[in-house]
Amino acid sequence: MANAHDTHHEGNHGSVKSYMIGFILSIILTAIPFGLVMYPTLPKNLTVLIVVAMAVIQVVVHLVYFLHMDRSKEQRSTVSTFLFTALVIALLVGLSLWIMFSIHYEMLAK
Amino acid sequence: MSSQVIHGDAHGHDHGHDDHHHDSGQMTVFGFWLYLMTDCILFASLFATYAVLSGSFAGGPSGHDIFQLDFVLVETAFLLLSSITFGFAMLKMFAGNKAGVLGWLAITFLFGAGFIAMEIYEFHHLIVEGYGPQRSGFLSAFFALVGTHGLHVTSGLIWMAILMYQINKHGITPTAKTRMSCLSLFWHFLDVVWICVFTVVYLLGVL
Repeated sequence: MANAHDTHHEGNHGSVKSYMIGFILSIILTAIPFGLVMYPTLPKNLTVLIVVAMAVIQVVVHLVYFLHMDRSKEQRSTVSTFLFTALVIALLVGLSLWIMFSIHYEMLAK
Repeated sequence: MSSQVIHGDAHGHDHGHDDHHHDSGQMTVFGFWLYLMTDCILFASLFATYAVLSGSFAGGPSGHDIFQLDFVLVETAFLLLSSITFGFAMLKMFAGNKAGVLGWLAITFLFGAGFIAMEIYEFHHLIVEGYGPQRSGFLSAFFALVGTHGLHVTSGLIWMAILMYQINKHGITPTAKTRMSCLSLFWHFLDVVWICVFTVVYLLGVL
């Protein structure tokens, strides 16, 4: 069982099965957005939403199946530093875009 | 960490010594992880810059005019395949199979090199067409973002080649294991960044 492996003192470093699950999920999560953009079938707004959602899910799939993030004690500092970085990224990107686009809007509107 | 101390005590001093080495290896890997987190912030800045400049075409081409999605799809496939083959190299390393590690690393290297070759071709093609980074704000941001990712992948390839040489010469030593663990994080991290690149730059750029 996989648990016997996990309790080994080197921690969780995956198995052929977990890598294959991650790989197959990634193929699906890549094929759907590429398909939707290369052969447009849905309205543009909905396509954007699905493409972004697929990317977010695929990032999580990579973090779990390839970077072996989980809730175990060994992973706690890895996960907490990642969550802090995600917060910094959200502030950095979100606030930069907010400022720049509102400048853009104000300059054009007035 | 505490479970390792218990493990060391229960198995005498020899194992305690091993665990000490292993522990410092784990600290190295965690330190490398912290570097990757700061690298995330570098990429976040480049993404924010790209997002701000993505509409500044200055009369030049837009993403819709210059991006070929089938080409990008092959690049994406190369990088994803290299991610899983690196995973197999890690599994062979934990199993102590030196030939297996070197074989999978060689395959990973080829996929990574294929990705870089395609990226260089794409950049060369754009520059020859007159769509270099100096053409518009959009193209400057595009070359900065995608080029930085490409430089990271290139460094990963150099690192991988050196590790293959070291493992071939000295075998799977504890040091080699630590280095492989760091490179594994680096390689998978670059694939995560590429997911954001193909989504934000290529897919949303063509839409």
